[in-house]
Amino acid sequence: MATRHDIAAPPAKEGGAAPARPPAKPTEAERRRRARLSRRWQRDLKWSPYGFISPFFLLFVAFGLFPLIYTAWASLHTVELTAPNDMQWAGLHNYTRIFDDEFFWNAARNTLTIGIISTVPQLAMAMGLAHILNYRLRASTFYRVIMLAPYATSIAAASLVFVLLFGRDYGMINWALHYVGVGKIDWQNDKWPSQIAVSTIIIWRWTGYNALIYLAAMQAIPTDLYESAALDGANRWRQFIHVTLPQLRPTILFTCVVSTIGASQVFGEPLIFDANKGASGGAEHQFQTLGLYLYEQGWVNMHLGRASAIAWTMFLILIVIGVVNYVISRRLRASS
Amino acid sequence: MTTTLTTPVGTAPKESRRQRRSKAARAGGTLHAGPIAYAVLIIFSIGSLFPLVWTAIAASRDNNRLAQTPPPFWFGGNLFHNMNVAWNEANLGKAFVNTTIVAGTSALTVVFLSTIAGFAFAKLRFRGRNILMLMVIGTMMVPPQLSVIPLYMMVAKLNWADQLQAVVFPSLVSAFGVFFMRQYLLQALPDELIEAARVDGASSWRVVWHIVFPAARPAMAVLGMLMFVQSWNDFLWPFLVLTQNGNPTVQVALAGLGRGYTPDQSLIMGGALLGTLPLLLVFAIFGKQIVGGIMQGAVKG
Repeated sequence: MATRHDIAAPPAKEGGAAPARPPAKPTEAERRRRARLSRRWQRDLKWSPYGFISPFFLLFVAFGLFPLIYTAWASLHTVELTAPNDMQWAGLHNYTRIFDDEFFWNAARNTLTIGIISTVPQLAMAMGLAHILNYRLRASTFYRVIMLAPYATSIAAASLVFVLLFGRDYGMINWALHYVGVGKIDWQNDKWPSQIAVSTIIIWRWTGYNALIYLAAMQAIPTDLYESAALDGANRWRQFIHVTLPQLRPTILFTCVVSTIGASQVFGEPLIFDANKGASGGAEHQFQTLGLYLYEQGWVNMHLGRASAIAWTMFLILIVIGVVNYVISRRLRASS
Repeated sequence: MTTTLTTPVGTAPKESRRQRRSKAARAGGTLHAGPIAYAVLIIFSIGSLFPLVWTAIAASRDNNRLAQTPPPFWFGGNLFHNMNVAWNEANLGKAFVNTTIVAGTSALTVVFLSTIAGFAFAKLRFRGRNILMLMVIGTMMVPPQLSVIPLYMMVAKLNWADQLQAVVFPSLVSAFGVFFMRQYLLQALPDELIEAARVDGASSWRVVWHIVFPAARPAMAVLGMLMFVQSWNDFLWPFLVLTQNGNPTVQVALAGLGRGYTPDQSLIMGGALLGTLPLLLVFAIFGKQIVGGIMQGAVKG
């Protein structure tokens, strides 16, 4: 960037000569100087935008775009973790291999169910919370910061605490549940409890964040919409249904997309939730997500090529979900 | 929005309060919160804070106490002992230095590169601007798992395994950052200001230095904090290329702490507490700004 600065600064040598000339009669030298400055000016205007974006794009291509495309290439090869730079052509073998693997489908199902269990209550609670935060409150900033505290907690730290809270024998949650007559739940080894527990970590970390995003969108809704709704006799609830929700539709769509992407890559929570089982996601793979399955294939079984095929399949699934999402939202917009 | 509600609630006479409330009801977003709203908020606040507080409680006990019912609800006397042992056992000292380097470098670089690129996308005309911006937005939606394997191959080729630069370099790129700064500068930076500087003969770089950076400062601060938090908490990629005993980040060290075969839970909690405290401190100080930043980013995004 420093070179741009040099090019653009007026050259000192010429600057000294210029003021001596009467302005009415530009000499040959003066005209040349102006022409050169003007060319420089044009060059600056034309090329500096590229100068501004190029450092970002260089890094972006090297660490963002290239790996993205190269994953597809690697997925068509046999690559082992022990020799990551030795690739052998395998065609679509990696794909047929994972599609035949029942654990792939198990992981896909788990990702879907954990995604639903974590996303739906999370966004619903975030919406309710945002609605309340949108009231006139004392110490409103205080509540907002507290709601965001879980977001500051890392996946690792949060998962480690929840492992203890969800402990079968001495965990706080089972202890509280026994007062309402629920027997000891094995949160780690039973299928649905373990998925609920993993989802709880995700819900805990992200509800406040999403509530703030909804809150921001709610505050941007023009108040006269509510005024006219109130004039038409709409009560608070009907105002929420008929004014707030429709106005929030783009934001809701945005959070759904982001949460879907987040849900598709859940990795740290189930990994740490039963750390001794590691990448298998529980003794019977009961909460192994696609992210964990990818890690297991790539870094435990050492098949990087196969892991690439999993990554690319996940991406294709996401694209399909994205397209469906887009079509549905267009339908909704058209119908209203 | 707030003009009808400037008098403090406590001092207003009864009648006008009701009047104001009906006005407020019409204004939708300015309803007064009733006791139920406060109750819900307090329940959610407890839910938000409880796991964090309980981390500290568990960290202040010993392993035997955590293997009894009922679980402890108040602090014991083992806090500093546990944090001390966890610090040494999990290589946390090195992890803190490493994470600070990674998160700091990442935040500063992302903010700088995103600001100048965001400015170019927001305010300058150039060929290919729209298609390049579309590319940036498109990759915002791509999950990081998709690029993990080639990055791992790169790291292997460069002999960067267990080296900090393996984590630093990929974290220097943020499509979100460029998008965030572009959205901010579109609104916050008047075209007239740039034109005026141009008329005065300022080069593009001077415009950036003397006009864009001052105008973008609030958004830069927010983006910097968001990036710092994100990179401090980043798990998948550091976990793949760093090891607990070599060159861990805090998250890698914590994950290793949880993997011991006869785990001492109070030690693990001591480590978790240590790993979380710095960011909680940042949130306690800059919470308001971070909340504002997230909300600002949301409306424009």
